[in-house]
Order: sequence, then C-alpha cells, then structure tokens
Amino acid sequence: MTIHVLAPGLLSTVQDGGRSGQAALGVGHGGAMDTVALRLANILVGNVENAATLELTLRGPRLRFDSDSLVAVTGADIEAHCGDAALPMWRPLAIRAGSELAFGNVRRGARSYLAVAGGIGIAPVLGSRSSDLNAGLGARALIAGDTLPTEPASRYVAPSLWRELGATPCAATKWSLDPQPWFDSGLRRSIRVIAGSHSPHLDNASQRALFSAEFRIGADSNRVGYRLHGPALALREPLELISEGVMPGTVQLPPGGDPIVLMAEAPTCGGYPRIAQVIGVDLPHLAQHRPGEVLRFAETSLDDAQTRYLERERAMARVARIIAERLRD
Amino acid sequence: MSSAQIEPLGDCALLIRFGDRISVAVNARALAATAALLQADLPGVREVAPAYASVCVQYDPVVWADPTRQHTPFAHIALHINKLVDNAAFIPTPAMRTGIEIPVRYGGDFGPDLAALAAHAKLTQDAAIARHCAGDYRVAMLGFAPGFPYLLGLDAALHAPRLANPRTRVPTGSVAIGGAQTGIYPRESPGGWQIIGRTPLVLFDSVRDPPALLQPGQHVRFRAINAAEFAELSP
Repeated sequence: MTIHVLAPGLLSTVQDGGRSGQAALGVGHGGAMDTVALRLANILVGNVENAATLELTLRGPRLRFDSDSLVAVTGADIEAHCGDAALPMWRPLAIRAGSELAFGNVRRGARSYLAVAGGIGIAPVLGSRSSDLNAGLGARALIAGDTLPTEPASRYVAPSLWRELGATPCAATKWSLDPQPWFDSGLRRSIRVIAGSHSPHLDNASQRALFSAEFRIGADSNRVGYRLHGPALALREPLELISEGVMPGTVQLPPGGDPIVLMAEAPTCGGYPRIAQVIGVDLPHLAQHRPGEVLRFAETSLDDAQTRYLERERAMARVARIIAERLRD
Repeated sequence: MSSAQIEPLGDCALLIRFGDRISVAVNARALAATAALLQADLPGVREVAPAYASVCVQYDPVVWADPTRQHTPFAHIALHINKLVDNAAFIPTPAMRTGIEIPVRYGGDFGPDLAALAAHAKLTQDAAIARHCAGDYRVAMLGFAPGFPYLLGLDAALHAPRLANPRTRVPTGSVAIGGAQTGIYPRESPGGWQIIGRTPLVLFDSVRDPPALLQPGQHVRFRAINAAEFAELSP
C-alpha cells in the first residue's frame, strides 16, 4: 500500500490534526492550515477526522497508487486528472491500482487536501505525522521519488463505488458534499477577529485602520504566518512586553508596523504586542488566502466567536453522520 | 499577592497572568498554576504551557459549553481555573532542584559576540565568562523553538541589547543573551540575541524521552569547557 510521488508540486506536505500536549516544551501545534478541509477529506473516505493527508499548495503533485485506493480531495479548487478523466472534488473516489493522479494548479484558494482511506502511514513524530517545516519536526516536503505508505483501509467503505469501478481507472460517487460553507469560492475578504490584549495601546489612527483598511498578504508569508502590508500600525508608546503564549490566528505587531498573523506553525510564545485574534471559524478561510491577496479585519466579540465555533462543530458532526451513512452503500 | 488575571487568547485559549515583569517569584506562580492544572486534568484542556509570568491554556470550547447557556465557554472554564490556581504553590521536584550542568565553549567562533558583550559590560572576556558560569539559573519557560529554554538568573552586569540586525542563521547549541535573558538555541535558526558560546549537548531530540533536555522550573548552571572537551562531548 504505497503512493509513489512522480512529481512533488509546489509544496506538498503530510498534514494531520497537528501535535498536542507539548506546548510546554515549545512544540507548536502545526498540522493542516485549513483544518476544516482536512477533517472533511478524511470524513469522505471513512477515516478518523485528523488522519494524515497530503496538503497541496498552489500546484499539486503527480502520484501513482500501487493498490486500489479510496481517496477524496477537498479545500482549494484544484485541477486533477486520473488518466483522461477530470476528477471531481468533495466526494469519495475509487482509484484502481496502478493509476496516476495528476494534480494541476489551484484555481481558487491556496491549499487542497488529499485524503486516502486508512490515512498516510509514515511514522509519527511526537504524536503527529504532520510536517512542521519551521520547527523541523516530521517529514520534509515531498520530492519526486518519495514513497508514502498508507494504512490499510476497509473494503466495506463505499462498496458500490468499487462495483462501479469495473475496468476504468477511477470512479466517483454521484453525490458530493456542498463545499459551501466549508470552502468559500468567493474567498472571504473579511476576516473576523477579536480585539487582542494590546489593541487598546494602538494609536487612534491605527485602531481605526485595523478594522477598516485593506491589508495585502506579503510574498514572504508561509505556514508560520502571514505578513500583512497596509497602513503602518503604531502603538501610542512602546510597550515593554515579556514572552507570552500565542496561537494560530494571533495578530502580532512587530516594531516595523506591518502586522503578522500567526498560522498553523506558530511558535508557542511571542513577545510582540497582540493586537487581534482571528476567530476559530475564520482561520480555515484565512488559510485559503494566498500571498498578494487583499483582506480586511472585522471586529466581533468572544461570545459571537464561541457561538459560531459551537455551531460549526454541530454542523460538522451532522455532516460526518450523513456521510458515514452514505459510505455504507 | 495579587490574584491571577484570566484573559481570552481567541476562542480556544486563555492566558492566566500573574504579573508583567520577569521575576523568579512571579514565574514560580506560573509554574505552580501549571502543575495544579496538570494535576486537575480538566476535560477538554489541550495544552497547559507556562511562560515567564503567565500560563497559556488551550481548551475545546465544545467541552466547556455551558449547558445552562449562562456563561460563554471562556467564562465557564475561567471559573474553574480561578479556583485551582489561586492557592497553588510551586514545589520543585528533586530533579528540578538537582539541576543540570551545561558545558559551554565560550568565545571565538563559537561565541562571536562575547568580545563585544564583555566590552559593553566593561569586563574582560574571562571575567564575563566567569560571571556567566557563576549564576544559578532556573528555566522559566520553553518556547521560540522546541526545547529553547528561557533562563532566569542572569547577572545584571551581563544584560545586553539584542542585535540591531538579527542573524539569519544561529548555529545549533548557541548560548546567547538578549536583554536580561539568556537561552540556548536547540537548532539552527534565525536569532537576534548575542551569541557568547556553544554547548555540545542536544537540547531537543524528538525521539528521546523526554525530548527536551530542560524542563520549566529546572535549575541550570554553565561550565566553561575547552575545544577538546567540546569535541569529546559532541554527539
């Protein structure tokens, strides 16, 4: 049960739900940037939600599957072919042994997720198979010639799909998951944030700018963070801060005045002023933005953020139940 | 003793703050709260990570949703945490008290900023090394990179500003000073602290148990070594 990497794409990494329980050692969470797309891809192939997948960035890889495999692609809208057939996203796909999956460019968004039934089976490091490129934990990004083991999967997942497959290299279910609201093809320009501990220390112009100005995502943005270019933000007076905990979604303000939004590979602590925090339900949407794109911040309350978080988790649980039911056919 | 302040860090985490300065006493409260929270093993708590004067707690808002809908998940968990941390006392384990000795090759290529730092402190290089080795340090927190220790107890004479232009590559094992802090880079990374030496010890190894050489609360001393010892102690 092996996937052969024929061409790696731009930046393809193994990602799962990340590392937990080790922040006290300075080990950051890491894992998939778009955690919702990760979970849905896994749900579509009958995996546990945080199983290891491939995160494909902007341009996807070319892969050969050496055994029959059930896969699904979610997240950013990406070109994909199996032989001559264009592969649809957001649904289970049965792939015949020996077939090639050729991904092209991402058309909308930034990161797509390829889940394989059973999950990618590389050895976990500190409890996760995810690549933390910044901290140097887990595998490096894929290169041509890599082989990825997959864990065995049950043939009883989507049995009708296998009957349909016949002699063709791949088959897709007629049904699919509606990408809305999970992936916003219009790309949400307005990212909701809660004010950060130090936002009262911003000068008046900066307080206004933070919630009204447009910010462009810098070219040097990556899985650690997005640097934002807009009106330079400034504090009323310098703050003497000591290192404190930070999270993915924390918006920091270094002395230069360009804010940085920490993303999946955020360190566990930081000493810059924290001017905002992207709410949990909008972080996956932010992960679908690419360098060069423009966004705005909209302020909301913690109460609203947590209400939306609970609503999303209820909706995810509902979707997971419905798909699990469908996968019995 | 002022009581702890609890503030949200987004919708899935919070900070418990005991002060806003680097001090041994305040850090002891953060470590005590960490121990109390780990001991309590609250449901839905994903991370408990101490910093100099605060503790970051990551939690699952679903688990802390208030069935009566009176409180937000944040308010709900904050109530529980308040009770736990207020009376927590820091009791170092024997291993923390025994501490660990870090051998360091100071100066030269291994500590390219030692000469400037000593000059800034109006000390000879040997005197600066002696002062760095004389300190009884304690690990306040790990962060920045896996296994990077922020140490309390740096001699005030050795306090030194961060570099105006951070280095893009600080070698693995570099012992450095930034402001009132001293620490050790577990792996090659960018960094803005002044590098005074290098240790051959491996600060972080993901396949070792525990992976981090140092733990928050642990005592640390430095010992100057020569080139031959450095080579001998290198992995």
